[in-house]
Amino acid sequence: MLKYDLVVIGGGPAGMAAALKAHECGVKKIIILERAETLGGILEQCIHTGFGLHYFGEELSGPEYAARFIEKVRETDIEVKVDTMVTEIRTGNIVVATNNTDGLIEISATAIVLAMGCRERPRGALDIPGSRASGIMTAGTAQKYVNIDGYMPGKKIVILGSGDIGLIMARRMTLEGAKVEMVCELMPYSGGLTRNIVQCLEDMNIPLKLSCTVIKTHGIERLEGVTIANVDENRNPIPGTEQFVECDTLLLSVGLIPENELTRMAGIVIDPVTNGAVVDENRQTTRPGVFACGNVLQVHDLVDYVTLESQIAGEGAAKYILSKNRRRSYKYAAAKAGTGVRYVVPQNINLDTESDVKLYFRVRDVYRNAKITVKSGDKVIYSKKKPKLCPGEMEYVVVKAEDIRALDVKELVVSAEV
Amino acid sequence: MQFDVAVIGAGVCGALITRELSKLDMKIVLLEKFSDISMGTSKANSAIVHAGFDAKTGSLKAKLNVQGASLMAYYCNKLSVPYKNIGSLVVAYSWADMTTLDMLFERGFENGVPNMEIISQERLREMEPYISEKAIGALWAPTAGIVSPYELAIAATENAVLNGARVKRNSGVMDIEFKDDLFFITTASGVIKAKYVINCAGVFADKIANMIGDTSFKIIPRKGEYYLLDKTEGKMVNHVLFHCPSKMGKGILVTPTAHGNVLMGPTAIDLDFDSKLDVDTTIDGLNEVKRAVRDVIPSLTTRNVITSFAGLRAHIDSENDDFVIGKSSANEKFINVAGIESPGLTAAPAIARYVGNIFRELAPQYERKENFTATRPAPVRVNELSDEERRALIEKDPRYGRIICRCEGITEGEIVDAIKAPCGARDVDGVKRRTRAGMGRCQSGFCGSKVVEILARELGVPMNQITKHGNNSMILFGKTK
Amino acid sequence: MKRELVCVSCPIGCALSVELSEDGKEVLSVSGNTCKRGEKYAKDECTNPVRMLTSTIKVNGGNHPVVPVKTSAPIPKGMMFECMKAINNEVVDAPVRIGDVLISNVCDTGVDIVATNEL
Repeated sequence: MLKYDLVVIGGGPAGMAAALKAHECGVKKIIILERAETLGGILEQCIHTGFGLHYFGEELSGPEYAARFIEKVRETDIEVKVDTMVTEIRTGNIVVATNNTDGLIEISATAIVLAMGCRERPRGALDIPGSRASGIMTAGTAQKYVNIDGYMPGKKIVILGSGDIGLIMARRMTLEGAKVEMVCELMPYSGGLTRNIVQCLEDMNIPLKLSCTVIKTHGIERLEGVTIANVDENRNPIPGTEQFVECDTLLLSVGLIPENELTRMAGIVIDPVTNGAVVDENRQTTRPGVFACGNVLQVHDLVDYVTLESQIAGEGAAKYILSKNRRRSYKYAAAKAGTGVRYVVPQNINLDTESDVKLYFRVRDVYRNAKITVKSGDKVIYSKKKPKLCPGEMEYVVVKAEDIRALDVKELVVSAEV
Repeated sequence: MQFDVAVIGAGVCGALITRELSKLDMKIVLLEKFSDISMGTSKANSAIVHAGFDAKTGSLKAKLNVQGASLMAYYCNKLSVPYKNIGSLVVAYSWADMTTLDMLFERGFENGVPNMEIISQERLREMEPYISEKAIGALWAPTAGIVSPYELAIAATENAVLNGARVKRNSGVMDIEFKDDLFFITTASGVIKAKYVINCAGVFADKIANMIGDTSFKIIPRKGEYYLLDKTEGKMVNHVLFHCPSKMGKGILVTPTAHGNVLMGPTAIDLDFDSKLDVDTTIDGLNEVKRAVRDVIPSLTTRNVITSFAGLRAHIDSENDDFVIGKSSANEKFINVAGIESPGLTAAPAIARYVGNIFRELAPQYERKENFTATRPAPVRVNELSDEERRALIEKDPRYGRIICRCEGITEGEIVDAIKAPCGARDVDGVKRRTRAGMGRCQSGFCGSKVVEILARELGVPMNQITKHGNNSMILFGKTK
Repeated sequence: MKRELVCVSCPIGCALSVELSEDGKEVLSVSGNTCKRGEKYAKDECTNPVRMLTSTIKVNGGNHPVVPVKTSAPIPKGMMFECMKAINNEVVDAPVRIGDVLISNVCDTGVDIVATNEL
């Protein structure tokens, strides 16, 4: 049995930032376990630029953003095992992992940071009727084939979902010589950044069809086409609007799901809305000594925010590891989603917190000139007007430590009111 | 190439019959139209071992069902195929349904189904805590179970190959000519000569029989659509749960699968004679499945759907809807095994023995082999091993330490084994059926490209030659640069 | 001449209305913006639209067949496909490091194509 102060599961931007922060805070024995062949996570295949504007004040590509952290990890004595898959977290924070050099390893950890990231929602979960032809894949799978393996996964393409990955792939495939017929979006608005709509679709003359979905796939061997249809306000296809679109590839960019299988196995409470763990302001989960950050906690839009969140988790883990008294106070205020808000992270806030707390949230719909409020009972703790809010953008409000300590009603309700 | 016997169709019946005949000292070939074993009805069905109370007493279906149910455990054990004897419940919601249960009980008794019971609402709720409150009783048949149907077909084929049988995939039969006491079978991969033919062509069995002038039966493809739910829903259902039967068939069932998922379906839609490849799912069909399941287990949602799929049952178009198994009226050296719809999977081991007997009577000149092996080497299933076993295995071969499919915990070693097995995997779906890589909740989002890479490496071809399920189902086009 | 644009400077996405001179080369006025950045964006986008271009270049002897690359600075929007041709024709040998100039002054734009990962 190996012993470490901190085991970080996942060597993407979240895991690296958490490990580096914990190291900076004085944690001695740290190990990062990464299932891919290299550190960097999904950034390795995100070769477009636009990363790091907030954190570094520069526009970097995914691999460049990752490289800055990989270098920092190399400069420290943080240990790294790549090509290593964690299969279980056992009682007493024992991490079980396997790879082809060490075989099966058991690591006893004082604290664990969960940073496994997320996966893309696949076709099955979407319930698109039709054939089981090849050529139907998630945008991220296609991204790996094109950017890492150097293969074209299609020539004539329809993309379902206008999230950023879908938009980015529309441009990538076009630049590499494919014809992207259209991007279909179920909702009446795109979930992607305006910048990507302009630079990935408009620049490439790719139509964006809103309130439109794929209702059938055709072709027995390779995909031969899809039937698309407009949808009504309840997102049901409108009869008579069906249209056949010839294509050999359907790329899906229809949502990300935090990869919380290990978390669930470990008995940690999951928030049914975020599909990530329920955490406090230090990103500690309901299991003492286990922290979570990055896309495994909540799906982010910007890696810069992943880094910031993971530093909070790294610092939280360090505090936990280095403190003599690890008992939890159990004096919490609950952060809750109010009108117009889907979820709030962190869900619990220690009443004796010493620092201000950022509450991250997403809104339910597109709102213009909405007022964001944080209320505790009838008391308004925070209020600010925002010209535009949309579900595709993660927002946050800062609640002051003194306000939290002074709470009468032990809850903080975040709302977006129009 | 000349053989003693050509078996047409590598579904579960064709595979088990080939295995049965490989006990005899002769040359056998198994011809398959598609790129792999078990690509038709055998890969997309309810995966149920029926106890045997459904079929009409005295029918071949009834006899082979009951025999098959009792043989299944033995076959699955010998061939290392996932099988669980979990029992089935036919659930009644009204007094009329309870009367039907009585009828089923009696028919089951006549058919020789052992240990059935009609159980109370109370006991039903103990056995199935999430069942609808409207359920008032059930017929309990402890001999029913669940099996992995495509693995049974694959395992039987592997075993047959170990016993000397040849398998030719991508070899759809286009024409059969009988001359000089030999069948000249024109296939997509050349002409095969055989002294005897066993027709196990599933929904295409009528077309194959037509080739020798046998027009005695017609097969209607009857589509059934299914949902497969995540293993997280596994606790919701403990037994095979049937609706009380109506004129429309046994209706939509809910059941755990041999791997711990939940399966619900099938619908029953008769297609045209010529739609024998139509396994498209439909909005109406999938909605029907959802609706029906809501009646049985109201709290079971399709929120955790892994996938939906459709299969075709080979339904005989006649009043007497029994299996058609026996020598053809057009040529007695040609044995039809046709109309093998439910309980075909259950009956398959019994069908294999039954056909074996017909063949031995027909061709007594073939001796039994002395060195027949009844088992296939059990495939390594890393996630079923203890820590110690796992350590020892990785020590021997590090590839068992490298997990490729994270959802199902499948290692590189297992994928390589599946490719190198007798009649091994040649495409991504073939790897999936043999190892479960890509069968989990991400549906190969992460491991798909790695499986393509491993297949390409092991088969010594570039990645863009690897297909999803053979022929033109390529995954990649050329290189970007 | 009039042109409609959506500002990409921030998530608000103002609908900009741009009045251009007859020859389309000069911006006369910008409306619909809620801040200065909108005006700048409209002017740049109408007179000299530029884009960062990212792709991959073939590598011999690396652990992957291609290395990701980007333009060292934005290039004129209209030059993207021409630069892609140059990128597609290039082959380099491993090892490659981040920041290595793989094509200098691509298509006479004055901009280099640089590697964005090590291989």
